Amino acid sequence: MSKQASRSTLTAAPEFRLMVIAVLVFGLMAVLSPDRFLSSQNLTSMAFQFPEFAILALAMTLAMMTGGIDLSVVGIANLSAVVAALILTQFTSPEMAAGQSALWLALAITAALCIGALAGLANGCLVAFFGLPPILATLGSGLVFTGFAIAMTGGSAVMGFPGTVALIGNAQVMGIPVPLILFALLAVILHFILTRTAFGLKVTMYGANPLAALYAAIDINRMLLKVYVIAGMFASVAGLIIMSRANSAKADYGSSYLLLAVLIAVLGGVNPYGGYGRVIGVVLAVLSMQFLSSGLNMLQVSNFARELIWGALLILVMVINTNALATLRNSFAKAPK
Amino acid sequence: MKSWLPKDFWTRNETLVAGVIALFCIIATLSDPRFFTITTVSDLLRASIVIGILAVGAMLVLVSGGIDVSFTAIAVFAMYASSVVFLAIWPAAPWPLIFVISIIFGALLGAINGFFIAFLGLPTLIVTLGTLSIFRGFLLTFVGSQRISALPPSMRDFSRGVLARGTTEAGNFYSIPWSVLALVGVIVLTWFILQKTMLGRSIYAIGGSVESARRIGINVKGTQFFVYVYVGALAGLAGIIHGSVGRMADPFSLVGLELSVIAAVVLGGARLIGGYGTLTGTLLGVALIVIVQNSLIVIGIPTTWQSVTIGLLILLGTGVPAYRAKRAAARAG
Amino acid sequence: MSPTRDTAFIDLRAITKRYAGVTALDSVDFAVQPGEAVCLAGENGSGKSTLIKIISGVEPATEGMVLIAGEDHPDLNPRISAAAGVMVIFQDFSLFPNLNVAENIAFATQLSTHQRLFKPRASREIARKALDRIGVEIDLDARVETLPVAQKQLVAICRALASEAQLIIMDEPTTALTEKEVRRLQGIIRMLKEEGVAVIFVSHKLAEVLEVSEKVVVLRNGKKVAEGPASKFDTQSLAYHMTGRDVPEVPPSDHTAGAEALMEVRGLSKEGSFEDINFELRAGEVLGITGLLGSGRTSVAKALFGLVAPDAGTITVESQEVPTGDPQAASMARIGYVPEDRLTEGLFLSQSILRNVAIGRLDAHTTNGFLNMGSLVDEASGWLKRLKVKAPDVAAPVQSLSGGNQQRVALARWLSRAPRVLVLNGPSVGVDVGSKADIHDIIRDLASQGIGIIVISDDLPELLATCHRILVMRDGRIIDALDGRVATEDDLARRLAS
Repeated sequence: MSKQASRSTLTAAPEFRLMVIAVLVFGLMAVLSPDRFLSSQNLTSMAFQFPEFAILALAMTLAMMTGGIDLSVVGIANLSAVVAALILTQFTSPEMAAGQSALWLALAITAALCIGALAGLANGCLVAFFGLPPILATLGSGLVFTGFAIAMTGGSAVMGFPGTVALIGNAQVMGIPVPLILFALLAVILHFILTRTAFGLKVTMYGANPLAALYAAIDINRMLLKVYVIAGMFASVAGLIIMSRANSAKADYGSSYLLLAVLIAVLGGVNPYGGYGRVIGVVLAVLSMQFLSSGLNMLQVSNFARELIWGALLILVMVINTNALATLRNSFAKAPK
Repeated sequence: MKSWLPKDFWTRNETLVAGVIALFCIIATLSDPRFFTITTVSDLLRASIVIGILAVGAMLVLVSGGIDVSFTAIAVFAMYASSVVFLAIWPAAPWPLIFVISIIFGALLGAINGFFIAFLGLPTLIVTLGTLSIFRGFLLTFVGSQRISALPPSMRDFSRGVLARGTTEAGNFYSIPWSVLALVGVIVLTWFILQKTMLGRSIYAIGGSVESARRIGINVKGTQFFVYVYVGALAGLAGIIHGSVGRMADPFSLVGLELSVIAAVVLGGARLIGGYGTLTGTLLGVALIVIVQNSLIVIGIPTTWQSVTIGLLILLGTGVPAYRAKRAAARAG
Repeated sequence: MSPTRDTAFIDLRAITKRYAGVTALDSVDFAVQPGEAVCLAGENGSGKSTLIKIISGVEPATEGMVLIAGEDHPDLNPRISAAAGVMVIFQDFSLFPNLNVAENIAFATQLSTHQRLFKPRASREIARKALDRIGVEIDLDARVETLPVAQKQLVAICRALASEAQLIIMDEPTTALTEKEVRRLQGIIRMLKEEGVAVIFVSHKLAEVLEVSEKVVVLRNGKKVAEGPASKFDTQSLAYHMTGRDVPEVPPSDHTAGAEALMEVRGLSKEGSFEDINFELRAGEVLGITGLLGSGRTSVAKALFGLVAPDAGTITVESQEVPTGDPQAASMARIGYVPEDRLTEGLFLSQSILRNVAIGRLDAHTTNGFLNMGSLVDEASGWLKRLKVKAPDVAAPVQSLSGGNQQRVALARWLSRAPRVLVLNGPSVGVDVGSKADIHDIIRDLASQGIGIIVISDDLPELLATCHRILVMRDGRIIDALDGRVATEDDLARRLAS
């Protein structure tokens, strides 16, 4: 293989295009609003904002790699957060000593992660053992999880946490926001899982051809269970961050994050039919989105316009990635004369 | 089994859903005799109209082998935009004209979906996910983001129009609004297209196998394009009815309902892989969802458990056939 | 040889087709008379599918003339070609599984009348007529997905007839049929010919269609290399023309009869599929299992690898009982299984050769939970070399390989696990004649290394060329066991069909 060939395959990769987009957006925003966009205050606030939905996008990526999808991530996030919040409000009080409340916090986090794992296990069972299409299994289970959160709270927000809760969502370690650290950690873990473990390779291969995976004696059911358990636990981490940043937990927080997570994963080059996806692409997609939305914010563009631009970006990237314009040209060239 | 029943009667989703509805009604009537009255039925019917029209559209897309999550955004866009337009230029316009314009708005937005899907060949879920954001973002940014309660007066007239109204012997009030006719019209038109035209059969054929459809000369692109335009038009109609009946143009309403509507359609037996789906099933699915949303309390389940119930119904309604198919495949070897 | 050119239904003159510099067809003349059956033979990539695409108007020819019924068509497209009566029946039949038989047959016809309304009654009538014409009874209201393969093919033929086909092109028409169904198909073809309908067979499996063909045309590398009356060709000479070389088949080597029993199958049964299957396999033995479609041969093959759970019976490998109905357990017991349908079951087409091979033995390349990429590459490259796979490098996607090379990659995955028993279901289905012989060499070679091999196939020459023993199945039971070195093709065919 010549060096040239490997360079051309590098630039042909969808991730490369995403990197160009991310850099362009960053540059554009920096030029349009240099003093504010590049201010450390803005950069920090961006770093606090995106991890919650970016982690949901990582969970979505894993599910999509198998050719599935996880529409229950937001439901799981909120259910875990509500459970954690109920533990915290039941057993702690603002006057409690920091050490004691930290203990309860640790317990609440563990409970939330367990809920995430259990919910993921339920999804995995529905997909693996009952043969439900993932989109329907997680659509239904998502409603059930959200429903449990509503039933447990009566639909209202749970609040009144000890100060230690803010550690998850609002603290910084050596100037780096904790949510960003959590996201980076999870992204690296997912990257290694997908590219360097037998499990990750099985996920990719199953996504590429489920039938061939069966004939290759891959332990499909166990693999699917793992996929949805991991996705569920990722979702509960996102739920904890949301809880900490909002200083409350509610059954319908972050409902706009679901489609956003799908959008980011697809934007990041993950094949929604399975078999292809790279964490680096998803990270670049998240960054592009965040630069864009934050920059637009600086330029006084409303939230709604951001939604518009995200949608347009998604379709634009799809048009480029799938070479759709050639399809269009052919469809007109072939039209009967 | 009687011979007039279809061969697969007992294994069909329609049968399952109808059974669950019947069971629900029996339990509800037993626990509260007032449940099974014309009042309840007319209430449920009214609640079904907008969802019903949207569901018919969603079913058509599933039959053609695609999926559409943008129809709620189209509905709200068409409703709000046509309200704004008429308030600005002709507030006294008759409601049929406003409705037609809303339907045209819907069809145009649907055509955008159709363009990307049919002519650019992009995956349907991704395109409609994108256009959901685009339509909603465009509406809220450029058309408006305020609720409008002073709608053109003719729209209020429409919402007042009733086919039948009255008071039961027990003193309960009931009414059946004009908008029921819209739902009936949509059902009849869609039934006609699907069962009586080559276009409709082509939609089923494409859902069954796109490649085969192409090979025998079906105009695949044109048919797909039609599907999304038609769904857009239905969404425009559903949207304007929603606005008129609610007597408010709320740009934040409807969006978020899309997955519930699709759930209703899937409960009714439409398959995500395309080619399968019936109007009867779709309407039964809608009925079930609407009953659960409105009458759960009657059988003693608190309203806060509504979401859990719908979720479980979806899991059951799609899980039972899926599990059966999986077992059958394992048995066949 | 053929009558005058003016009477030909299809007449291609000096057709050349180039794709971006590659010449797929090089000045080929090809004519079909009304009522004539022509067998178009050639290996994969010989240009036969390109020729079909040109006749059906899917692709335009770069140079040359296409005459249909004497008329020149410089701007042929699928619609014009179909309107002139050219109908292609693809290998997958291109039916609509969700629609009923009547609609499937009549859809194209109704489409061509440009009517906007759908008339169910007319559709049934068209379908009934077409079915009557070939004398077949199929429930018009049955959904096509519920029909067996042979009936689906009949529906596809009826659809072509309903559209007033003058020429029916059949792509690999006999691949999925049992012998009996092939006989019926041959009968139908004869009848159609009498009515003046021409037929082109495009096939790998030639013996079955030679009988009903008048003419054979062989393509190789885009050129017509042989043409003549069907009676002048046999399997051997066709293979010679297709590959350009003689493909001698070496009979199976003697294996030591006293070798240890490797695998024992006792009383394996599954209701509705197979019953009381007993056999043993020795080290270094190649055992054939044959039978018509529906005889249970494929189900038995799958049961050996845990893909089908039997109701009763045991499988032991080297005296260890293997839990049934569990592919992972079978794989742990070092049973390998190469499925019949490479493209959908055997390989991950979009993935690299490396991954396709590696997926068989990931645990051996894992240290501390992480994959050892270097040793994965070494292993895969080693197998490519040993099996003589022609590929640029291990990172190339499997879909870029030819059929024969793909089959070798599928084999490599299992060989990397050092299997004791290898079950090969249709090892050379869809592989061209040249590669087929190579794969048979590989089978013989593996057996000589002491692997027990089970070949499931209905390709009789293949069984005779590779197997020491052949078990014949019918209605789910083993009815015969033959010595592969003395059995003859006729003998085997008779036992199969009886």
